[in-house]
Amino acid sequence: MKILVGIKRVVDYNVRVRVRSDGSGVETDGVKMSINPFDEIALEEALRIKEAGNAEEVIVASIGDAACEQQLRTGLAMGADRAIRVDHTGLLQPLSVAKAFLGLAEREEPGLVILGKQAIDDDNNQTGQMLAALWGRPQATFASKIVLDGGSATVTREVDAGLETIAVDLPAVITTDLRLNEPRFVKLPDIMKAKRKPLDVVPIDDLGAKRDELAGHDLAYGSFAPPPKRERGIMVEDTAALVAELKNRGLL
Amino acid sequence: MSKILIIAEHDGDTLNPGTAKAVSCAKAITESAGGDIDILVLGDNIADVASQAAAIDGVATVHATSAAHLAAPLAANWAAEIAAAAEGYSHVLAPSSTFGKDVLPRAAALLGVNMVSDIASVDGERSFKRPVYAGNAIAEVSVPDGDTVVATARTASWPAATEGGNATINERPAETEDAGHTRYVGLESGGGDRPDLQTARIVLSGGRAFGSAENFEQLYTVADKLKAGVGASRAAVDAGYVPNDMQVGQTGKIIAPELYMAFGISGAIQHITGIKDAGTIVAVNKDADAPIFEIADIGLVADLFKVLPELEQQLG
Ligand SMILES: Cc1cc2nc3c(=O)[nH]c(=O)nc-3n(C[C@H](O)[C@H](O)[C@H](O)COP(=O)(O)OP(=O)(O)OC[C@H]3O[C@@H](n4cnc5c(N)ncnc54)[C@H](O)[C@@H]3O)c2cc1C
Repeated sequence: MKILVGIKRVVDYNVRVRVRSDGSGVETDGVKMSINPFDEIALEEALRIKEAGNAEEVIVASIGDAACEQQLRTGLAMGADRAIRVDHTGLLQPLSVAKAFLGLAEREEPGLVILGKQAIDDDNNQTGQMLAALWGRPQATFASKIVLDGGSATVTREVDAGLETIAVDLPAVITTDLRLNEPRFVKLPDIMKAKRKPLDVVPIDDLGAKRDELAGHDLAYGSFAPPPKRERGIMVEDTAALVAELKNRGLL
Repeated sequence: MSKILIIAEHDGDTLNPGTAKAVSCAKAITESAGGDIDILVLGDNIADVASQAAAIDGVATVHATSAAHLAAPLAANWAAEIAAAAEGYSHVLAPSSTFGKDVLPRAAALLGVNMVSDIASVDGERSFKRPVYAGNAIAEVSVPDGDTVVATARTASWPAATEGGNATINERPAETEDAGHTRYVGLESGGGDRPDLQTARIVLSGGRAFGSAENFEQLYTVADKLKAGVGASRAAVDAGYVPNDMQVGQTGKIIAPELYMAFGISGAIQHITGIKDAGTIVAVNKDADAPIFEIADIGLVADLFKVLPELEQQLG
């Protein structure tokens, strides 16, 4: 079985993101970029499945310009066997990303596609679900445990009410939550090795992601604004003062 | 004129308050554009849930579809049924809970449209604001003419619509069949009988500082006195002090209680995202430079293991 893993290049989660003064978006110039943290968890899981003998090959794929090859190389250094960059400039909305991944799934016929549950830039939390719909395959979102069992997977999902378990036939799309695993660190020799691993570039049009039926369905993003700021409040001396202040404000 | 279909979230017996919150979002849309608000209840034997939905103020019709393959909210089955039921509707909405986030994008893709996640405010029939980058920016977004508006309503941004409605209940036969490839196994509930995090008036949260699950008990004791919900930072969940459904933040629950009290939480941006809309934020942290004090309405620099017993005593 092959496992296809999606990797998105995003502003690093440690960066304090600022809205550009003209409202055209957020500042990304000179800002540290990384693999979306949930995608790193997705890749780690794929590697563990392979190491347990349940998959032969792990493929990482990203959609973007040459810059995202940096994140794909990191994925290769973590242990992926090969990488595919779907060539496209500019941002794509989830339905188009899902279409591109559908094209990859039709080409590679993976038994599993593992994606992060959300990208920490647009916070959409949609792509995996959309891919599963277009592919006509099961989805298991927000996974915190995956057990493979022949042609199916039993997946524990982090939902608001607790931990839900579902079973899905393969091929399936799984999206990862934080507790699924802890991604490994990349070691220096692996970075050297990763340079020799294959990285193919596929034009996005070859994958049908920009098929005519998608034209006109993009959401229009207008201006971006900083959120209303919460101001620093008052400090109190001790517990008694805290309780008094809360009572004073009618909160207790 | 909009015609809005809201997907009811429920556990088979009880309607989740997120549904009434989505109704408030829908009301903001019809306020600008005029139109009707209907609710779709999917499940098996859901007459009770349908009547709870019919009691929400402002709802015209509740469509109730009972079928064995819809018993659990499996996205593969529910999204297909939602896409079928969406015929004739201009908008399909659900709460931005894990339920809405799981099911609705699948339905949007079946309808061939992009989807708006986390509507925080309504600018017009097809124009909204939503947070991006962990709430560090608020984006204006609009849906192209001709496309069905498929969206989740950010639960922390909308009050639950009140009761007092008397909608018509329409028994609607299922139009789809079991996808066959997805099976429900079970649910392990983490929470006890404490108030639900997302609807509690007061929430107390604990962070890594607690050091163990046993120590975390001290927070429950105080929370019970205040009838408060209990949350946690990711670090506390990862360390195993509490179950994951208690995580508050960008990738946990986004909540907006009247009073939020954070004990031993540093105030990382991912955590703050989850509480930005709280009425009053209290921070107790022994580090005077902890970032949480930058946004707290009331701060106390102190050891939480000293403060919690004192609170327990003083709250009587
Ligand atoms: C992709 C991603 C998603 C994330 N999502 C979330 C999320 O949804 N929610 C979330 O919370 N985090 C999230 N995080 C993690 C976040 O970045 C922080 O690591 C986390 O919130 C820190 O938790 P903490 O404040 O409990 O721990 P720490 O940062 O370790 O802070 C502990 C605090 O306790 C104080 N303290 C220690 N002992 C005492 C004492 N005895 N009395 C009083 N104070 C004391 C310390 O001064 C310190 O400020 C996410 C991270 C990533 C990368």
